[in-house]
Amino acid sequence: MNRMSLRTLLLSLLAALVLAGCQSTGDAEVAPEPEVQEATAEAAPAAPPMVTPAPRPVTNEEGFPLDASGRPIGYVFYFEFDRTELKPRARALLAEHAEYLKENGSVRITIQGHADERGTREYNLALGERRASAVRDYLQSMGVASSQLRIVSYGEERPVDPRSTESAWSKNRRVELAY
Amino acid sequence: MVLAFSGRHPLSLLLLWIALALAASARGELAIEITQGVDAPVPVAVVPFAWQGRGRPPEDLGKIIRFDLARSGQFAMTAPEDMLSLPSRPEELYVRDWRVQGIAYVLLGSVRPTESGLEARYALFDVFAERLLFEETLEARAGQLRALAHRISDRAYEQLTGIPGAFSTRLLYVVAQNIATEAETFRLEMADADGANAQTLLKSREPILSASWSPDGQTVVYVSFETGKPAIYLQEIATGRREKLTDFEGLNGSPVFSPDGMELALVLSAGGNPDIFVLNLETRKLRQLTRHFAIDTEPSWTADGEAVIFTSNRGGGPQIYKMNVRSRAIERLTFVGDYNARARVLADGRYLIFVHRQDGIFHIATQDLERGTVQILTETSLDESPSVAPNGSMAIYATRSNGRGILAVVSIDGRVKYRLPSTEGDVREPAWSPFL
Repeated sequence: MNRMSLRTLLLSLLAALVLAGCQSTGDAEVAPEPEVQEATAEAAPAAPPMVTPAPRPVTNEEGFPLDASGRPIGYVFYFEFDRTELKPRARALLAEHAEYLKENGSVRITIQGHADERGTREYNLALGERRASAVRDYLQSMGVASSQLRIVSYGEERPVDPRSTESAWSKNRRVELAY
Repeated sequence: MVLAFSGRHPLSLLLLWIALALAASARGELAIEITQGVDAPVPVAVVPFAWQGRGRPPEDLGKIIRFDLARSGQFAMTAPEDMLSLPSRPEELYVRDWRVQGIAYVLLGSVRPTESGLEARYALFDVFAERLLFEETLEARAGQLRALAHRISDRAYEQLTGIPGAFSTRLLYVVAQNIATEAETFRLEMADADGANAQTLLKSREPILSASWSPDGQTVVYVSFETGKPAIYLQEIATGRREKLTDFEGLNGSPVFSPDGMELALVLSAGGNPDIFVLNLETRKLRQLTRHFAIDTEPSWTADGEAVIFTSNRGGGPQIYKMNVRSRAIERLTFVGDYNARARVLADGRYLIFVHRQDGIFHIATQDLERGTVQILTETSLDESPSVAPNGSMAIYATRSNGRGILAVVSIDGRVKYRLPSTEGDVREPAWSPFL
């Protein structure tokens, strides 16, 4: 439990610092012969939170915080249960990302769609894809080139908060932009 | 470990003893906790099997069989220490020893080593009729003692219930560890139906889900995100040989073999929208079954292979639909409740088993397709992924308990329940094998 709340704290710190999500590279191995549990799979104690001075947030004229390169800081967009519509706040923030992406035509992003754990896994994969598509379509409607945008849905497989509570669910129903 | 005995008729303390004994011995594997049995379980005694070899006997077959039969929830098992005698041949059985305890059936036997492995001789005796129901021998390769025990359980179960036993089957499931951390891992595992002999088929840092069996039980298909996006893989169990079947843009999901094993129903969204497709495994040709702007997903076949049932939110929320694969005629099957998904049709074609939401809680439910009546089978919440045993008696599903994903089993009539808690990680996505 301690680790969990520490994790949540770290996550919000991360969000504030806008660390671009480092995608873990796909590595799967077939194990026809059962492999003994690796020691690395055991829960490693969480590293003590590193206190890095946060870059002073810059805001643009609409009041959205930007990082040093001018990229909008917020990159997570939340949804209602079994819904795929963007909220007004999300649209406003996405418009900022659209501006940034149009000015930086070589930047490509992955739009990751997620769902909460309720309901079935494959339906939630479809739901996550719908949410990611809604974000992609909106960015395209703002003039972002489709070649800059790639979508992937993780459904309920990648929660940020693994608990079974309303607040965890509301955090897990999301789309994340990975620059 | 806490044993939760709930339900109308707690089974005898013996079950508790068996569950504890097994839970203690099955470290790192799935243990089993029986939570509910039938109202009037049939009293059965499985006598410890005599060992006719030298040295220490291997594991007691009787104990494995006793646990198999107990897990069915239909029998009240007698503990060996309560038995007045321990016969290993029908001639040694004194009816009064068993009748006095109200025991209806006695299974007894012996095992001996042979040149090639093991041979069991066993018999089932009807105490009240004073009649030998069968006496048989069965051989197994060395090291296959548990498999031998499960075969005997299958025989006894069929003799006593008229339904083939499914104790010699296996389970597939996914174990996720360190979820929502950097150390997240996913393993596709295969174990015997009682949770023993677990082995890893695939290990990945990325999600694995939707595993299912080929009809001959030799091959599995599943979705793996190992390349950073979902793709469908086929893997031979014996050799570990793997093949990527589909890797289209968007979703590649829900692979399910047709009953003849020639085709795979699956979900693709490369056309911009999740739709149901059928992949011919010989010609590798794809044909699109559904074409709708709504979400169409989670296909499965009717036993005759004539139709595919699937989840669609074309009516607003998710409901179950059926499409005839030839005529393409579509029919909506579920009408009770606003969330019905991931359905399977039972082999008899009459019942549907699926995930059903009631008052915001996700349960496993069945629907009688003739009468339309819905029966909720589970009292747990966040239940999903029901998979039916090949004899149609039980369904395994995923649920959550104390903040962790676990597997649980419920009989199709809802009367018998047990859980398979794991000692590690989140366990989910179970798939019960066909008869092997």
